[in-house]
Amino acid sequence: MTKKKLTYSLNYRRPKSEYNSSDELMICIRYYHKCSKTNKTKIIKKSTGVKCRLEDWNSDWHKSPDRSPVKDSDPNYRKKNKLLKQKVKTFDIEELFKSVKNDSFSPYLNSKLPKGPIDRKWTNHKNTINLVSPANKRNIDVIVVGTGLAGGSACATLAELGYNVKAFCFQDSPRRAHSIAAQGGINAAKNYQGDGDSIYRLFYDTVKGGDYRSREENVYRLAEVSANIIDQCVAQGVPFARDYGGLLDNRSFGGVLVSRTFYAKGQTGQQLLLGAYSAMNRQIARGKIKMYNRHEMLDVVIVNGKARGIITRNLVNGEIERHSAHAVVLATGGYGNVFYLSTNAMGSNVTAAWKAHKRGAYFANPCFTQIHPTCIPVSGDHQSKLTLMSESLRNDGRIWVPKNIKDVEDIRSGKLKPTEIKEEDRDYFLERRYPAFGNLVPRDVASRAAKERCDAGYGVNKTGEAVYLDFASSITRYGKEQALVNGQDDNNLEIVERLGKEIIKKKYGNLFQMYEKIVDQNPYETPMMIYPAVHYTMGGIWVDYNLMTTIPGLYAIGEANFSDHGANRLGASALMQGLADGYFVLPYTIGDYLSDEISTGPIANDSEEFITAEREAKEKLDTLINNNGSKSVDYFHKKLGKIMWNKCGMARNKMDLESAIEEISKLRKEFWKDVKVPGDQNEFNEELAKAGRVADFLELGELFAKDALEREESCGGHFREEYQTKEGEATRKKEFQFVSAWEYVGEPKNAILHKEKLEYENIEVKERSYK
Amino acid sequence: MKLTLKIWRQKNFDTKGSIVNYEIDNISPDMSFLEMLDVLNADLILRDEDPVSFDHDCREGICGSCSLFINGQAHGPDRRITTCQLHMRKFKDGDTIYIEPFRAKAFPVIKDLVVDRSAFDRIQQSGGYISINTSGNTQDANSIPINKDDADDAFDAATCIGCGACVATCKNSSAMLFVGAKVSQYSLLPQGQTEASRRVTNMVNQMDLEGFGNCSNTGACEVECPKGISLDNIARMNRELIRASINK
Amino acid sequence: MKNFLFTSIGKKVSMALSAIFLMIFLLQHFLINITSVFSESLFNWLSHFMGTNPLVQFILQPVLIAGVIFHFVMGFYLEIQNRRATKYEYQKERGGANSTWMSRNMIWSGLVILSFLVLHFIDFWIPEMNYKYVEFLPDDPDRYYEELVHKFENPFRVSLYCASFVLLALHLLHGFSSALKSMGTNKSYASSVKNLSLVYSIGIPAGFCFIAIFHYIFH
Repeated sequence: MTKKKLTYSLNYRRPKSEYNSSDELMICIRYYHKCSKTNKTKIIKKSTGVKCRLEDWNSDWHKSPDRSPVKDSDPNYRKKNKLLKQKVKTFDIEELFKSVKNDSFSPYLNSKLPKGPIDRKWTNHKNTINLVSPANKRNIDVIVVGTGLAGGSACATLAELGYNVKAFCFQDSPRRAHSIAAQGGINAAKNYQGDGDSIYRLFYDTVKGGDYRSREENVYRLAEVSANIIDQCVAQGVPFARDYGGLLDNRSFGGVLVSRTFYAKGQTGQQLLLGAYSAMNRQIARGKIKMYNRHEMLDVVIVNGKARGIITRNLVNGEIERHSAHAVVLATGGYGNVFYLSTNAMGSNVTAAWKAHKRGAYFANPCFTQIHPTCIPVSGDHQSKLTLMSESLRNDGRIWVPKNIKDVEDIRSGKLKPTEIKEEDRDYFLERRYPAFGNLVPRDVASRAAKERCDAGYGVNKTGEAVYLDFASSITRYGKEQALVNGQDDNNLEIVERLGKEIIKKKYGNLFQMYEKIVDQNPYETPMMIYPAVHYTMGGIWVDYNLMTTIPGLYAIGEANFSDHGANRLGASALMQGLADGYFVLPYTIGDYLSDEISTGPIANDSEEFITAEREAKEKLDTLINNNGSKSVDYFHKKLGKIMWNKCGMARNKMDLESAIEEISKLRKEFWKDVKVPGDQNEFNEELAKAGRVADFLELGELFAKDALEREESCGGHFREEYQTKEGEATRKKEFQFVSAWEYVGEPKNAILHKEKLEYENIEVKERSYK
Repeated sequence: MKLTLKIWRQKNFDTKGSIVNYEIDNISPDMSFLEMLDVLNADLILRDEDPVSFDHDCREGICGSCSLFINGQAHGPDRRITTCQLHMRKFKDGDTIYIEPFRAKAFPVIKDLVVDRSAFDRIQQSGGYISINTSGNTQDANSIPINKDDADDAFDAATCIGCGACVATCKNSSAMLFVGAKVSQYSLLPQGQTEASRRVTNMVNQMDLEGFGNCSNTGACEVECPKGISLDNIARMNRELIRASINK
Repeated sequence: MKNFLFTSIGKKVSMALSAIFLMIFLLQHFLINITSVFSESLFNWLSHFMGTNPLVQFILQPVLIAGVIFHFVMGFYLEIQNRRATKYEYQKERGGANSTWMSRNMIWSGLVILSFLVLHFIDFWIPEMNYKYVEFLPDDPDRYYEELVHKFENPFRVSLYCASFVLLALHLLHGFSSALKSMGTNKSYASSVKNLSLVYSIGIPAGFCFIAIFHYIFH
C-alpha cells in the first residue's frame, strides 16, 4: 500500500532564511514514499546535477503550463528545464535506493517494543494492551491459515477465548501439517535437571545461536513462555519421555551447555502437533472453529488498509471462495521448497506469505536459510524430497572423505569399498579444520565444510555429493568399554564389534533402520553417506512485537514470520517458537488490534475488494490452465531449485547472486509462457495447485537472491564468500546489524529495503569461533 | 526396470472407476514408490493425459498422507513403513503392480487414489482430547509423576499417524485400531482419566456412525500399521467401554 | 448399558460372551463324552443325570439353545454389517500376508459347524426328545452308551464327524483368543491366553474325534 510521487525541489542545506536570492542551489528530484500504515511520508532526494539561483526558482512550477521549475530569468533556462525533464524520465527508483542504502533506518517499521527492563517487558505489555470483553469476542471472526504447531495452537486458544475462528489447511487434515516431521525435541527453560538453566540462558543461547540477528525482546519473551508450553502440553496428554521416577526426561541438544530439550523419542513434533490438533478438535466440536480442509489460500483481501479476509480454492472441487473476518493470521510455515529439494513436505509453500507480501506486508531477511548437514544424499534426478537424519548422529559419527582422488574414483565405480581405505588415506576434514569442536561444529559450519570437499571433487557417491559419517571407531570404543565392564577379552575384535554395535543400536537404532530402508546399505557395516540439505527458513514476513505485519489486521506466526531465530536457528527451538506464538503470544496481542473492531459488525465478503481479488485469483488460474505450454510445472521447479542451490545455497558470492537474479527472472518469464497444466480448474487438480505455488516461488527466489546480495556480510546461515577470514570463517559486520524488510513494488528485484535496527542491551555481541 | 502398472482411475466420487494399465520404463531401483509415480505423471502430462492423483506430503513416513494399496497390501509389501518410504528395489524388473486406493465405505474416493479420510477427524472431534484450556499457569508438568511403562505405552499408542491403513487392510473396514490407539493414549495417562468414560463412549459412537465395520481381531491392522500400533489397544478400548457402561 | 449393547463393541462383547458360554458347554460336553472311553457306567450315569435333571432340562438346555442361536444370528448379522462397511472390493488383495486363514473365514467355519449341529440335532437331540417327551418311553438309565456306540458304526459318518471337528478347531483357534480380546483382556495375559487357546482349540476337537474313532474301531 504505497503511493509514490516525484517532484522537484531545491536542496537547502541551511534554514531558508539564511540564503540570499542570488545563491545558487542544487535542484533535486524528490521521491515521496508514503505508507498508509503509519501515514507518514518519507522523502528521498536525488541530485540532478542542475543548479539554479533562488531568484530563478519557480516554486509554483507545477502550476505553470509547461511545468518548468526554472524561470526564464535564468540565461540557460531552456537547457536546464530540458535536462531536468530528462532526469525525471530516466529516474530509477532502484538506483536511488541503492544510493541511500546505508543512510538511515526506516520510519515505517514500528516494532512497538515495550519499555522497561527486559524481564518485565512482556508482563508490562500484557498489562497495558487493550482487551476485548468476552461478550464482544463472540462477534469477532478470525481467520487462521495453516494448522501446524503455530496455527493449530493459535486456533485452539483463540476459540477458547471466544473468537469465532475459521481455520484453513491445504492438507486433508490439520494433523498432517509438516510440524509433524520434527524429530529432536522442544527447548524449555524449566531447569528440571538443576544444571543452571534459566530464562536468561535460553534467551542468551538463542540470540547468540542466531548470530545476533534476531530481536532481543521477542527472543526473551519466547524464553519466558517456554516453560508454560511444557506445562500446557503435558496437561493435554502429550506423552513426553519420562525417567523411571516418573518425571520428565531431558536431553542436551545443538551445542548448548545445559539439558533443556524435552522429547518424545524421535517424534516430538508429531506428539506436539497432535496435542494442538486435539485442542483444536475440542473447539471444532464446540462449533468455535470452522475447519476448512483441503483449502488453499490464494490471496489476502485488504479493505480500507486492513486485512479483512482471504480468497481460497477448494482443492477438491476447485471452487474459489471468499472468506471474511476481522483479522487474518498466517501460520503457513517456511519456504524451503524454493530449493525444490529440501526436507520440507512436498506441499509446503510460500504462496500465502508471498501473496501477503504483494499486498503490502514486508518480507524480512529472506536469505536466512538453515542448511542441515546430516541428510540422506540425493540418489538421482528423480529425487523429490530429502530426508533428515537427527543431528545427534554427529555425537558418535566421524565425518570423512578419502584423501586421494584415485580412491574416490574407485569408490564411485564400485571397485573399492570405504571400509578398505586405510586410516592414513582418510581425510577427517572437520577434525582437521576445527580441532576444538571437531565433528560437533554448528550446522552451518559443518555443511559448508562438506560442500567444500565435494566441490573439490571428493564426494563419495555417484553424483559426487556425499561424505561419509563413520561409526566404526565409536563401535570399537564402546565395544572395548563394554567388554571391560563385562569382563570379556577387549582384544577380541569379534566380541568388541558385537558389543559396540549393540550400544550403537540402542542409541540410534531407529535412525539406522530408516537409513537402511532408504539407501539399502547396512550402516553398521559400512559408513553412512550424508550431505547437507535445506530444512528451515529463519526469514519470513516482518512482524512487530504483537506479531502483526505491516498490514493492519494481518498477523504472521511460527516459521512464517522472521522474529526469533535471527540468522541461524538452534536445534529444538522451532517447536518452541511455533507453540509460543500460537498458545501464548498471538491470542493476547491480537486483542490489542481487535479491541477497535468490536463495533465493526460482520465483515461483508461481497465488497468490491473481495470481488476484485477473487477475479484476479481466477484469472491467474485460468492463465495457467489455458497456457498450453510444453513443460511441466516440476521442470520449472527443479530448474529454480538448481539455481537457488548452486547460487544462493551454502556459500554465496556477488557474481553468482547477480546472475541468479537474472536467471530467475528469465525463468519466471519462461514459466508463464511455456508451462503446461493439465486438467481443469473445477476439479481436483494437483498440478494446478502446484503451478500456483511454483509461480510464487519463482518470485520469492528473486527476492531471496536480492536480499543475499545486499547483505554484504556473513552471518549464521548466510555465508558470503567475499566476507570470510583467511581460514574460511564467517565475518559478521556491525553495520549489517539490522533486519532487512522488503517492500514489494513490482518486480521482486526492485523491492525497496527498509531496515529495522537491532540493538542488544542485554547481551554483548561477540564473535563465534570453533577452532 | 520396466513395469506394468494397473492403477485405479476414477474421475470423482460419483463416477465409476476402473483399472487402467500403464507401461513404464527406466525406473531406478533407488527411486521411492511415489517418485516412480512422479515419473509416470510427468510422462502423462506431456502426453496430454490426466496425471494420476494420489495423496502425499512429507514423504518421510510421518504425516500419514500417503495411502496406496499396492499389490494387495496397504503401503505395499514392505513392513513398518508408509508408501512414501517404499522403494522400487522391493520389486523386480517386469513386475505387474496393482495400485488401488484405500477402500472402505467410510473413505469415499475423491479422485483416482485420493480418498476422503475426514471420518477420522470427526471421530477425534467427538472426544479425542483432554478438555483443558490454554492458560499460562497450568499446573507444573512434573506435578504428576507418571509410571515410565505407562508413559511409554501411551507414547506407542500416540504414534498413530492416522493414515487409515488399518481400515484399508481390515476385511471389515474397521477403524478400531485407530480409535483404540487414541483411547489408549489418554486412558493410560492420569490427565485423561477424568473424562475417560465420556471419551470412549463418544468416540465409539462416532466411529459406528461413520460406517466403519466391526473388529473380528484378525490382527491384519497391527501387521500393516506403519507404526506397529498394537492390537492391545483395541482390547484396552473394549475394556474401557465395558467399564464406562458398567459405571454409568 | 442398553446403549452399550448397540455399539459395535457391545455387539462384539455379546458375541464373545456367547462364545465363551458355548466353549464352557463344549468343555462340559467333552468331559462327559470322554468318560465313554473308559467307563460305560460312569457315562451312562452322567448322561442320565443330564437327561433327567429338571434344572438341566428346563433351564440350562433352553439357555444353551438360545446361546447357540444368538451366536449364529449375531455372527451373520455382524458379517452382513461388515460387508456393508467394505462395499468396495479390491481388485487384488493379499489377505494371507497379514492375517491367518482362520481369522478371515470365521463365517465359513461357522457355517460348517452350523450344518454339523443340524446333523447332530437330527442324530441325538431329536431322537432323545422324541424318546422322552413325545413317546414317553420308560426311563432306561443304561441306554446312552449303546446309542453312542451305535452312531459311530458308519465310517462315512465318523469321517464327516471328524471333518466337522477340524473346522471347529480352526474356528476355535481364532475364536478363543478373539473372544478374550473382545472382552478386553490385558496384554499381560497374552502368552497364557495364547497357550490356553492352543490347548483348548486343538485338544477338545481332537478329543471328540478320538472318541468317535475309538468307538468305531473297538465296537
